[in-house]
Amino acid sequence: MKKTIITVVGKDTVGIIAKVCTYLAENKINILDISQTIVSGYFNMMMVVDREGATKHFQEISHDLEKVGEEIGVVIKCQREDIFDMMHRI
Amino acid sequence: MINMSEVIETNEMIEKENLDVRTITLGISLLDCIDSDLETLKKNIFDKITTTAKDLVKVGQDIEAEYGIPIVNKRISVTPIALVGGAACKKPEDFVELAKVLDEAAKTVGVNLIGGYSALVSKGTTSADELLIRSIPMALKNTERVCSSVNLGSTKTGINMDAVRLLGEIIKETAEIDKENDSMACMKLVVFCNAPDDNPFMAGAFHGVTEADAIINVGVSGPGVVKTALQKVRGESFEVLCETIKKTAFKVTRVGQLVAKEASQRLSIPFGIVDLSLAPTPAIGDSVADILCEIGLEYAGAPGTTAALALLNDQVKKGGVMASSYVGGLSGAFIPVSEDQGMIDAVKAGALTIEKLEAMTCVCSVGLDMIAIPGDTSCASISGIIADEMAIGMVNQKTTAVRIIPAIGKGVGETVEFGGLFGYAPIMPVNKFSCEAFISRKGRIPAPIHSFKN
Repeated sequence: MKKTIITVVGKDTVGIIAKVCTYLAENKINILDISQTIVSGYFNMMMVVDREGATKHFQEISHDLEKVGEEIGVVIKCQREDIFDMMHRI
Repeated sequence: MINMSEVIETNEMIEKENLDVRTITLGISLLDCIDSDLETLKKNIFDKITTTAKDLVKVGQDIEAEYGIPIVNKRISVTPIALVGGAACKKPEDFVELAKVLDEAAKTVGVNLIGGYSALVSKGTTSADELLIRSIPMALKNTERVCSSVNLGSTKTGINMDAVRLLGEIIKETAEIDKENDSMACMKLVVFCNAPDDNPFMAGAFHGVTEADAIINVGVSGPGVVKTALQKVRGESFEVLCETIKKTAFKVTRVGQLVAKEASQRLSIPFGIVDLSLAPTPAIGDSVADILCEIGLEYAGAPGTTAALALLNDQVKKGGVMASSYVGGLSGAFIPVSEDQGMIDAVKAGALTIEKLEAMTCVCSVGLDMIAIPGDTSCASISGIIADEMAIGMVNQKTTAVRIIPAIGKGVGETVEFGGLFGYAPIMPVNKFSCEAFISRKGRIPAPIHSFKN
């Protein structure tokens, strides 16, 4: 399993999750978990995904998602899960 | 599974609090390059560095992209060149040739600095060591990325005062030769007592002779993260203060450990150490002095500064040690003046002097770092400053260093501009009284007694 964390931050608008999920589905990236909240009009989402089945390379996926974010006016970041695991789990 | 607040916390550290990995430094042994023919030696050195380090920058960039953590510098350290060049170099100019090869190799593989133009003379100076030391001004003038260091003393051997005297002259000469650039070449020259073999930070990085053929060392940094964490515990007890620093240092160092392991695996080069450091940059909020202020000082340099720094340094180590499987290098808080906006402000406000900085170096890594002094400071006074700092290292069994910049043609009240990560420095006054007769004595200071162990 190649766990990756996708974070989406920006002004709330219609279809953010739809756009991101469509991209992930098209690229055979499996969503394991989603949590989402809106703090004073700002949309915060975190997804845990598995890119085991994806054909694209990490950096390509990351770049594509950045572009998707630009289209809908949010910032999308893609990071391997290990950095969070290392920092927050002993 | 990782939760949202943990992800947000990590990303805020990176985006808002300047958390970064300061350097991945690839140590390369050049001992197998040694040849008595200078041209063969040059070719061997260039080939070894460009082969071993060919993927270093690319791997660094990949790790940055995949984890979303900036890795500010990718660097190389090599075996002290005085050892490598001893058989082939018969005059200082020959050593300058080797410096140019290092520079060329650094440019070829795309690293911004290469360290190891060094000599280890803590007890005595070989003729090769002396040739290298005498070549330093020309070598630094004629290269862009080469960093030089000289180990002048150690707890076990005492202080080589002949070399201390010589380095006072060499630092001045380096400043003179580069005076049109605000004597910036001096930034790339540092002298040590108890220099570590595995330090990843420049200008003092070299690949010690006790090290393996190649090794990955990583230096982390995060003064901004510690400062932000401390903002939340204002007015709390020392216990809470220390726990907060410790926990934060743990998190920062874990990132360094991850990057080090990953780089080591991808380059198929063994992981050496993580250097647990708080290394500031001139960026606002990335300052060790600001942490001291957050602990409760009006400015760095105020009474209490040494105690606050001792506390900070110790807690960073306590938190960091558990976060990494191997710890080494300099490990501690750095207090360079020009690279830390809070330090610069303290000097400008009249709160911080060289004497106070010297006291601070007793309790933290590393030493008098990036301090601009008047250009008319005598060679003997520079040697005196070095000797004082070496004595602190020798007696306290710790690494100490001096990296000072005599700004030729400038005096107290003026500033020198270094640019980029190196920042700028207000010129600090140096005690005017002479130490000429002390420095002109020949020989060395004997090693100190620590206890009658045998």
